[in-house]
Amino acid sequence: MEQMLVNGVVLAVNYALIALGITLIFSIMNILNFAHGQMFMIGGFVVYYLYGLFKVNYFLSLIAVVLVLGVIGWCFETFFFRRMRKMATREENSMLLAVGTALLLENLALSIFGEKQRGVPPVVSGVYRLGAAYLPAGRLLVMMLAIVLIVGLLLFVQYTKLGRAMRALAQDREVTHLMGVNVDRVAAFGFALGAALAGVAGGLLVTVFGVNSGVGNVYSIKAFIMIMIGGAGVVPGAILGAIVLGFAEAIGYALLPGSITYLLIFTGLIIFLLLRPQGLLGKPWG
Amino acid sequence: MSTRQLCRRSFLYGIAVFVLGTVSMSGSVRAQEVLKIGVLGVMSGPAASWGLVNKYCAETSAQLYNEQGGFEIGGKKYKIEIVPIDDKNDPKLAVSGAERLTKQEGVHYIIGPNVDTTAASVQPVAEAGGAIYFPYAFQKTLYTPPHGNAVLGMIASYQAGPIIYKYLMDKKGVKSVSFVARNESDPLNQRDEGVQAAKKLGLEIKSSDDTYEPGTTDFFPVMSRVVNKGADLIVLSGVAPADAPLLIKTARELDFKGTLATETAQDIKILNEVAGAAADGFICVGGASTPEIRSDEMEKFADRYKKVAGEWNDEAGTKVYALEIILATLKKAGPEAITNIELFKKTMPDFAMKNPFIKGDKMLKYVGTAYFSQPRQIGVPMVVNEVSDSKFQTLFVGSVE
Repeated sequence: MEQMLVNGVVLAVNYALIALGITLIFSIMNILNFAHGQMFMIGGFVVYYLYGLFKVNYFLSLIAVVLVLGVIGWCFETFFFRRMRKMATREENSMLLAVGTALLLENLALSIFGEKQRGVPPVVSGVYRLGAAYLPAGRLLVMMLAIVLIVGLLLFVQYTKLGRAMRALAQDREVTHLMGVNVDRVAAFGFALGAALAGVAGGLLVTVFGVNSGVGNVYSIKAFIMIMIGGAGVVPGAILGAIVLGFAEAIGYALLPGSITYLLIFTGLIIFLLLRPQGLLGKPWG
Repeated sequence: MSTRQLCRRSFLYGIAVFVLGTVSMSGSVRAQEVLKIGVLGVMSGPAASWGLVNKYCAETSAQLYNEQGGFEIGGKKYKIEIVPIDDKNDPKLAVSGAERLTKQEGVHYIIGPNVDTTAASVQPVAEAGGAIYFPYAFQKTLYTPPHGNAVLGMIASYQAGPIIYKYLMDKKGVKSVSFVARNESDPLNQRDEGVQAAKKLGLEIKSSDDTYEPGTTDFFPVMSRVVNKGADLIVLSGVAPADAPLLIKTARELDFKGTLATETAQDIKILNEVAGAAADGFICVGGASTPEIRSDEMEKFADRYKKVAGEWNDEAGTKVYALEIILATLKKAGPEAITNIELFKKTMPDFAMKNPFIKGDKMLKYVGTAYFSQPRQIGVPMVVNEVSDSKFQTLFVGSVE
């Protein structure tokens, strides 16, 4: 039982960091970023090369991840999505563009980084005992850093001028524009921040799970599940979705044969969406 | 004659020599026959390494042969052209890839696919299109009559598993076992075969119903359950190279003191990078050319492979065999076999050549009659490794007859 709870908490915190970036981009731009998992993967590879191969300090490597993914996110918004938003009349176009960017990043990664699983030396070593449960020090460090980042992001969005502009943009683009906010710049910053969050999640988790070029889609799917549970575009909803998915996985794997767990998660998700399509904290569509 | 006229004449001569040279060279290239070999497998996504190693091995061997003017069959040298297709581990894409290879490219010999589902889906296409294919999938029906176009390219889990379990029972006193597998057709089949083999040997099965979804990276939940069963041995059935180090590391973090093993080949660099010291003692099937048994030819291949792929992969030691045995069998069967696979099939039972990749005079032939009622498996050496001090240590080298 203790192990199940520890597993649930660790999974939930990791997932929350992944879900926050995707929900941030969705709330500001109304785009489901299919490349979120691939941005996570690139974050993992940046840390692999800097910290794992070139022996750069781990925390400096994480800062590099923020810069690299921030630039990628900013470029995606500025050169792809902004142009598409101004030209296209149908929402499907931006969705297809998002799928295209995911494929682009995955295939570029496969060509540049190769097909192999990669891993880095642990930042901290050792295993703690919590009653009957085990908690490796590496996971504890990742969890603590993820909590700091989540709290920092929530404070930033809530209390800074740029954060308020992002929230305003999420509520009503036109009114925000009329209030004198440079919406293009805020949207680009929001996309860059969301991408950087995905990258940092990858940079944190590469120390525990490693990374490979094909890992992105799995994280994208999990991120979609979380924001569907919590409500797309709602920051607290993403955290709630992460808690639900993290504990569902931990409890399912502990009590049920493995293959049943995700079968039940997806079945439950279908039933849940039939009853509450906007998610737990989302507003009804339309 | 003025200097300007001389220069002009030299220039015109130069042009003439260049044009004639180019024409004659293109003529000689046109004259050389091309032998196309397909590589169909998963080359993207989490299992990309399986198909890419096939591709890199075939391309490496083709480069080495083409540099010597090609491969000789019936007195004529053929340029080897590799046609790779990524099936993304998707049976639908495997079918369309096989159709493209057989119908558009005119390919009769295909290396791959990599898993049961894609290999099974390719079967009707290969049979209708007159192609022999070399899957790395273990489903026995692919290789047993009335089917005869598939040739297993490696040692199957049901061949390696019992040998590994017996070794662990005798040498490490293993009495009980738990199995954990990815929730996909191949690993689940391998788990079931492993459970049967373990039961026959008298091992106590502590658990066998724990699985994880493809793409799982956090194995703590599933391994918490497996480790709690208290078995002496945990078998990672059909585990992919990307998953193995994470499963090993997690088991050790959960204080598992027993032995971890798998019947599939793994990559030492990945094990070291991701699992580190936790991988020590892990037992797996090795690539069929460990440094201890490698011939000079294998060393030459490995050097070139590193240039083609960027780094060595232990699996390449097994997958190097497919193109080699295809070409050698065609040489024996004659040039007509390039388009007539029935001649190739007739040659298979009596085919034997000196194994070029290992030291000594071991023979390379088609085996597997005991399992498939016909010789439909490449007789690659069965190497079983143990990770020791971050290196693969060969425990023993066997063979399948």
